Amino acid sequence: MAPDTSNPVIKAEALDLTFQTNDGPVHALKDVSLDIHKGDFVSFIGPSGCGKTTFLRCIAGLEHPTGGSLSVNGMTPEAARQARAYGYVFQAAGLYPWRTIARNISLPLEIMGYSKADQKQRVESVLDLVELSGFGSKFPWQLSGGMQQRASIARALSFDADILLMDEPFGALDEIVRDHLNEQLLALWARTEKTIGFVTHSIPEAVYLSTKIVVMSPRPGRIADVIESSLPRQRPLDIRDSKEFIDIAHRVREGLRAGHADDA
Amino acid sequence: MRAVIPVLTVIAAIVALWYVAVVPMNIKETLTQLERGGAEVTPPSAQDRRDMGHIALVAKNSFAASATLSQDRPRLPAPHQVASELWDSTVDKKVTSKRNLVYHGWITLSATLLGFAIGTGLGILLAVGIVHSRVMDKSVMPWAIVSQTIPIIALAPMIVVVLYSVGLQGLFPKAVISAYLSFFPVVVGMVKGLRSPDQMQLDLLKTYNANTNQGFWKLRLPASMPYLFASLKIAVAAAMVGAIVGELPVQGGGLGNRMLTGSYYGQTIQIWSALFAAAILAATLVAAISLIQRGTLKRMGLS
Repeated sequence: MAPDTSNPVIKAEALDLTFQTNDGPVHALKDVSLDIHKGDFVSFIGPSGCGKTTFLRCIAGLEHPTGGSLSVNGMTPEAARQARAYGYVFQAAGLYPWRTIARNISLPLEIMGYSKADQKQRVESVLDLVELSGFGSKFPWQLSGGMQQRASIARALSFDADILLMDEPFGALDEIVRDHLNEQLLALWARTEKTIGFVTHSIPEAVYLSTKIVVMSPRPGRIADVIESSLPRQRPLDIRDSKEFIDIAHRVREGLRAGHADDA
Repeated sequence: MRAVIPVLTVIAAIVALWYVAVVPMNIKETLTQLERGGAEVTPPSAQDRRDMGHIALVAKNSFAASATLSQDRPRLPAPHQVASELWDSTVDKKVTSKRNLVYHGWITLSATLLGFAIGTGLGILLAVGIVHSRVMDKSVMPWAIVSQTIPIIALAPMIVVVLYSVGLQGLFPKAVISAYLSFFPVVVGMVKGLRSPDQMQLDLLKTYNANTNQGFWKLRLPASMPYLFASLKIAVAAAMVGAIVGELPVQGGGLGNRMLTGSYYGQTIQIWSALFAAAILAATLVAAISLIQRGTLKRMGLS
């Protein structure tokens, strides 16, 4: 499917967000403008404090911008949240320890009022999607960290929203598990054709996954560079040794360095 | 089973210490009795004995040591006296007899359970209110804390009198006192438990556009269960203290009443056996809650 460039799914224009804290105002986002189109895989990368998570939370309607405009599916983020327009994956899996994996995944479905039969069928299909079939009756503590995070992705996918927002979902996992999950995530993205917003600290992860890489810099949080990836949509893991991959990674690193330069 | 040996060791040590303490505690009265019975005691004059230390008396009259263990009205009864009184007043007497500790234990237990149920219900309701309403958080919590600073022994007779004047007596006033003591740990534990989900968990529900009700039933309430059970164990013990205190000013029987009449008539053995009956009952209640806790948390996958 060719990305549709006419009508962005998420559109931010001159977005501004200032937090009022006890130590005075903190300028978390400044003049952030960005279009995300249907089927894009957009990574946000930058040092801590650059506002990448804050921007993702703004899209989710969990934070409220103090200036500029932001639309999600043509609605305000608040309306989009109420319309359950996206699934959100946090850094920690955050599964309920008192629910089995299957019942954790059906949690959003229960809240949204899906029928029991529909719940069961959807849980089965997303478990299959994250390769956890057969683990539905296990409790979270019986699963490894990587499996728990996959279960939390399944939970975000269960109600089939078109947008998937992921806030450093693999940040707490080791490199080997991470590689594996990155590969799976790409396969999942190809199968579901979702629009994904992905926050990360890792340059290789951002380059490997994304069609668009947003490099951000801190104080105030702003966009330093937006890189449209020239890599093909089908990406085996060894694409990371290609010249193209290394060039893009280099450009990301340059962007991060530039952001830090005027900071020092 | 490995826990049995340390527990038995501690019990044996306590019993041994207790026996050691019984001798000097009871020596004066024992010597007076023995003297009346015609025995030779040192010093022979009651006047001189009064001014002597207990241990010195034991040292001079070691022959009397065994007699101190079988006094009718000892200052400190020996463990075997308490044990035999406990046996006597639970097994040997009819259950309906007013001298049977099972009869009195049942009276205390029923007030404890009713008070515990009221206290727990009230505690949970208050905690739910406190967690969901800022006004209640600011207004109820300070009063709940103040309520526990008033000595219950001062408050209990007033509660009994006030309730009597509106026609309530017997079980209910005792249950009220018992509930008064037991609601507090439940409030504190439940507030902590209902607030235990972190910001991420709350944000997650927000992304589903869940309402407050769903957040309560699906997240806050299950997350609070371990806290609730910890509180219930404290609350049930407090409820029993409340029931016993509530029995002191009234003549309706119960372990508290048994202790009070024992002290009126100098029946130390009766006081101590009522005390032990109360301790055994409280331990049983706490153990029962532990059992329910283990079962519930296990079924929830939380232990």
